[in-house]
Amino acid sequence: MNIFKISYKNLARNKLTTILNIVLVAFGVAILSILFLASDQISNKLEKNAKDIDLVVGAKGSPLQLILSSIYHIDYPTGNIPAKDAYRLAHHPMVRRAVPLALGDNFNGFRIVGTDSAFVNLYGLSLQNGVFWQKDLEVTIGSTVASTSNLKIGDTFFGAHGLTGNGDIHKQHAYLVKGILKPQGNITDNLILTNIGSVYKMHEEKHGEIDLHPNLPDKKEINDKQITALLIQYKSPMSVVLFPRMVNQSTNMQAASPAMESARLFSLIGVGIDTLKWFAILIMGIAALSIFISLYNAMKERKYDLAIMRCLGASKVKLFFLVLFEGILITFIGACFGLLAGHLALEVIGTFQESSQAKLTGLTIIRQEGYLIWIGLLIGAVASLIPAMQIYKVDIAETLTKDR
Amino acid sequence: MEQWLLLGASGSGKSTLLNIISGLLKPTEGQILINNTELYELSAKRMDRFRGKHIGIVFQRPHLIRSLDVLDNLELAAVMAGLKIDHERNLAVLNDLGIADLARKYPDQLSQGQLQRVSVARALVNRPDLLVADEPTSSLDDENAAQVIQMLTSQAKENGAALIIATHDQRVSEHFTKTYLL
Repeated sequence: MNIFKISYKNLARNKLTTILNIVLVAFGVAILSILFLASDQISNKLEKNAKDIDLVVGAKGSPLQLILSSIYHIDYPTGNIPAKDAYRLAHHPMVRRAVPLALGDNFNGFRIVGTDSAFVNLYGLSLQNGVFWQKDLEVTIGSTVASTSNLKIGDTFFGAHGLTGNGDIHKQHAYLVKGILKPQGNITDNLILTNIGSVYKMHEEKHGEIDLHPNLPDKKEINDKQITALLIQYKSPMSVVLFPRMVNQSTNMQAASPAMESARLFSLIGVGIDTLKWFAILIMGIAALSIFISLYNAMKERKYDLAIMRCLGASKVKLFFLVLFEGILITFIGACFGLLAGHLALEVIGTFQESSQAKLTGLTIIRQEGYLIWIGLLIGAVASLIPAMQIYKVDIAETLTKDR
Repeated sequence: MEQWLLLGASGSGKSTLLNIISGLLKPTEGQILINNTELYELSAKRMDRFRGKHIGIVFQRPHLIRSLDVLDNLELAAVMAGLKIDHERNLAVLNDLGIADLARKYPDQLSQGQLQRVSVARALVNRPDLLVADEPTSSLDDENAAQVIQMLTSQAKENGAALIIATHDQRVSEHFTKTYLL
């Protein structure tokens, strides 16, 4: 028997009210924790994947789309650019490293990326098993690809046309797995890497079929090789201003900066995040109000309990903390449930997410969540402050002598 | 130890006097001495402590904490007075009052007579020097009233506590020799 047990027993006696208050607090905390976790994980992913990439050059269109498709592998590419022009840019004196990308196919939703060894150096990839791709139709797969699709070295598979789905399978050529990457903690875990030649081969074959009918312009397009995008790393930061302007003005391609576009993306989804945040804060406010009202109303009945405890020797301060502790206990339990629910919800969202590239997980903890518990405790204390002060008004003699 | 009956019509000030004696109500003048302690010279906090340790109070209504069971209600008396919980003492008191089988029952499950007995037990667990009862029998039937009075007198004697009972209940007066008419 102690002050905690008295609080706990009293809360247990008023089950429904207690549950309502806990649910309110938990709901608010859960929304906030999902927001914290999701925005932390998304910004983390954005940063990590774009770490060493200063610029992306691709076909004209939306710069955000270009960034999303060629760095984060989420959206569709803006189109293709002539390989000739791209290689000219790659050898520009301001460029330290240029990585060509040829996109267009997938295997079970994992994108097949045609590229060269510069890609390996850009992302600092290392192998878990096997070797990097060398010849056409050889691939090296990311660790997530290997674990989810159960591909091993020596296995073969067919790619499908498009970036998602298994609709249009390239049955003419099978890819051969030559190596598996170590988990890198970035987008490359979800990619299938091969050389650009393989991607051409797939599509030449496809067009070859059409070629049975005489179709000259089409054939011409294939002979003028194309790639999807070029990832560029500058030699010096000085190029930040000059190089993109040069690309945008003097070529038929566009240059997009990952840093600028991620900032723009964040400002776009920021409105939604802010709205949700205020919604959660509103719910927490309602929770505080509800705790306040239920404790305040209960004081009418508890007046007798508190008077008898005074009579048995408890000081006013002790009882003040007893009531305060009850409010804090509710919000503490609520905050714990809320965090649990938030993590669980995010993990469930993660498993239902289609794009494997931007998967969210509820299995991590971040520091801001600790603040949520403190905020919960604070709300409990504030909400129970006025009810607790009633202790100082209770006239024990009158309360206990009067008939109930 | 002496046992006194405080008699008087309602409104004559019995309860007020008892409240003053128990340290619940500060008198406008005069002093209360218990074991050579001047009650109203203590600080508020120390007076609460003193009351918890040395004075056992039984009210007209049992005033048990409804969220706690009988045994917890007894333990509460020790905890609030800052004393150690004496589990055996609690059981012994319940046993003496013939309500040992109610130890794990909640106040909602008990009758008026049983509740009043529990409140007597609660007043006794801390071995008080003074047992004060304010109209302890007014809401009880004859049988229960007689039992409660009998318990109060015998338990006060056994525990070496002085007893003051305030009442206007004629059924009580036959048990006492010393009465003070207000």
